[in-house]
Amino acid sequence: MEAPGGGGLGGADPQLQRFIEVETQKQRFQQLVHQMTELCWEKCMDKPGPKLDSRAETCFVNCVERFIDTSQFILNRLEQTQKSKSAFSESLSD
Amino acid sequence: MESGFGSDFGSDFGSGGGGGGKLDPGLIMEQVKVQIAVANAQELLQRMTDKCFRKCIGKPGGSLDNSEQKCIAMCMDRYMDSWNTVSRAYNSRLQRERANM
Repeated sequence: MEAPGGGGLGGADPQLQRFIEVETQKQRFQQLVHQMTELCWEKCMDKPGPKLDSRAETCFVNCVERFIDTSQFILNRLEQTQKSKSAFSESLSD
Repeated sequence: MESGFGSDFGSDFGSGGGGGGKLDPGLIMEQVKVQIAVANAQELLQRMTDKCFRKCIGKPGGSLDNSEQKCIAMCMDRYMDSWNTVSRAYNSRLQRERANM
């Protein structure tokens, strides 16, 4: 996979394409960690102590799980609401 | 940093297109990775500063007193701990989701 492409299909270097995909994925992950840390800090941290006690640690872990659950719940419910409005979703999908 | 670096890359790595002014994708990728890392560090610092200011500074005085400084130092460490905990938890969740697919 070492050929640094010049032309090819539409001039897109496959190595760069792959790189962009991977880095974009990594960034999405990083962004979510930033966001969840911020949110969960508000919910789980009282006064910053000399170390992260186990109660706070558990809270952070639960917080992450519940955040993902919330996100999935919202997507699923939105999808269901769209399906029930059949005429509406038909015009959306085309 | 620019001069020596650039010419080495040009002769050793840019073999595909032959010398000249051809952009080396390897170098670009490395530069992009560095920029991404810098951006992430800045993001972390910005949020950490916000959170620790809120936690540690009451009524802003004429300077940061000792207790405020100690609080900020602890807060920074706890924020890093939290960030790492969240990162691990999120990673675990993603792997679990992938395994269930």
